[in-house]
Amino acid sequence: MNNKLIDLQHITKSFDGDLVLDDLDLYIRENEFLTLLGPSGCGKTTTLRIIGGFTTPDKGCVLFNGEDITNLPPNKRQLNTVFQKYALFTHMTIEDNIAFGLKIKGKTDKYIKDKIDYALNLVNLKGYGKRMPDSLSGGQQQRIAIARAIVNEPKVLLLDEPLGALDLKLRQDMQYELIRLKKDLGITFIYVTHDQEEALTMSDTIVVMNQGYIQQIGSPEDIYNEPENAFVADFIGDSNIIDAVFIHDELVSILGANFPCVDTGFGNNKPVDVVIRPEDVVLTVPEKGIITGKVTDLIFKGVHYEMSVMACGFEWLVHSTTMFPVGAEVGINVDPFNIQIMNKPASEDEEAISIEE
Amino acid sequence: MKNNKIKILTWPYLFWAVAFIVIPLLMIFYYGLTDRSGAFTFENIAAIATAEHAKALWLSLGLSLIATVICLLLGYPLASILAHLNSKTNVILFIFILPMWMNFLLRTLAWQTLLEKTGVINTILSLIGLPTINIINTGGAIVLGMVYNFLPFMVLPLYNSITKIDDDVINAARDLGADRFQTFMRVILPLTVPGIISGITMVFVPSLTSFVISTILGGSKILLIGNVIEEQFTHTGNWQLGSGLSIVLMLFIIINMICSAIFDKDSEGGVL
Repeated sequence: MNNKLIDLQHITKSFDGDLVLDDLDLYIRENEFLTLLGPSGCGKTTTLRIIGGFTTPDKGCVLFNGEDITNLPPNKRQLNTVFQKYALFTHMTIEDNIAFGLKIKGKTDKYIKDKIDYALNLVNLKGYGKRMPDSLSGGQQQRIAIARAIVNEPKVLLLDEPLGALDLKLRQDMQYELIRLKKDLGITFIYVTHDQEEALTMSDTIVVMNQGYIQQIGSPEDIYNEPENAFVADFIGDSNIIDAVFIHDELVSILGANFPCVDTGFGNNKPVDVVIRPEDVVLTVPEKGIITGKVTDLIFKGVHYEMSVMACGFEWLVHSTTMFPVGAEVGINVDPFNIQIMNKPASEDEEAISIEE
Repeated sequence: MKNNKIKILTWPYLFWAVAFIVIPLLMIFYYGLTDRSGAFTFENIAAIATAEHAKALWLSLGLSLIATVICLLLGYPLASILAHLNSKTNVILFIFILPMWMNFLLRTLAWQTLLEKTGVINTILSLIGLPTINIINTGGAIVLGMVYNFLPFMVLPLYNSITKIDDDVINAARDLGADRFQTFMRVILPLTVPGIISGITMVFVPSLTSFVISTILGGSKILLIGNVIEEQFTHTGNWQLGSGLSIVLMLFIIINMICSAIFDKDSEGGVL
């Protein structure tokens, strides 16, 4: 689990003068499910294409098992890709699509036939072998694209927003399917998505990217509970990001009121950003709250109520199973463990800072 | 009500089709299947078997086929190059189509001037001391004329079918282990079959029926079937024979179309 299977070192890439990746360092361990997560244009797809061999970096190198593969063409790499728009060969049957890589490698007919059966079984599409790709639904085509990649027994499977074109229900089903596949196959997955929920559900490790820089690397829990900066906090889930002053260790002044917290080492009377997740905001009667406010909006979401509370000039987003009607005066409390303190970026340019490990 | 309105809109087209397509076609068949007195006969069609006519037909088929193959061999690489240039450099496509804005006759006459015994090319060749070429009034000159005039009709459908292939489909083939040549043979070529077929049809059919190119570049020495038919209508005034030979030519065009349809179906069925 600990050896670096893929190691990207000092990768820099620009397109037409636009810097897409700037001195990116990243390694992927064997058997890891690693997700590159970020908004469009953050460089996640470019990173994946560099690993796949479809794009060559301007600077830096790609190591695979310690071997430099930076200039190796895609057909010589021990990895396979599942493309965003499936990229099936529309002039071939499903069987021929799956057999493509195996035929190129000159495998025997018997071997190929067994592999096709195995792969169709794995993606729950038994009996679809003779059909043409166009006659399948989007979800089915995507599963065939996965089957076509995995029959080649790659060390690493690259997935470029493979569920992006599917509807919500199907996407959720496919997420579980991918996790199952990952377990069955025991290979490394590198997954690209802009969907934070997808990333949280499936990954062992999430790499949050923005504007060509890595913002944070960590487990889904780390990324969600302890975002290192406002970008990560904002991008992963809903959150209240509030200007605050770090009075001294374990005490922070939010909107003029003092909240106890658990963080230390941010200095004295220093401006910081705090992140409070909407489900961590506790509403109570006004007398019991640290600050008080008024409910301005209420939506029933099924599992919980989503409320907006105007308090001390800030509109708090609150998720709670207890309902307070619009117009009600409420008190706000936050458990000290649920207040996440972050340094403010030193300047506007540093919004997208590169995190040194 | 809405349906009726649409029907009314189709009337002008229907009139056009009947007046300028169906009636002329019927007249060709009428003339082709009757003699001068109006009696029914197969003589005009059977006339293709005479040595002179048969020779013209085979020569037409042969030269058109050669021109089509050359167009395909020249056009495919050109279309791929054009398809992979970005939109800024598509000026090249524009330049390539530019000659088509000039009159067809003019372009062919220009080739005559270039290829003549004392024409531009030979003048330059003899100036720099190279042997002159004698290509005017040969089958070679006619093929050259056909290729020059009809190459764009090959390139455009090919260009369209190549640009339609998603880059990631090609990336997928490479990703699955295919080298450049295998990717071309197994993915790009089969996916461009519709373009190849329409390109072949668009070059072969006008080449087969053309008489202007052979008149100008072949002199009066080489008669193609198109020239024979033209002669019957313009000089000899034998409309019956001209129509009869036209029907035979039409048969070959229909055969070409049927072949295209079969090939197209095959490619859809994944045989290729």
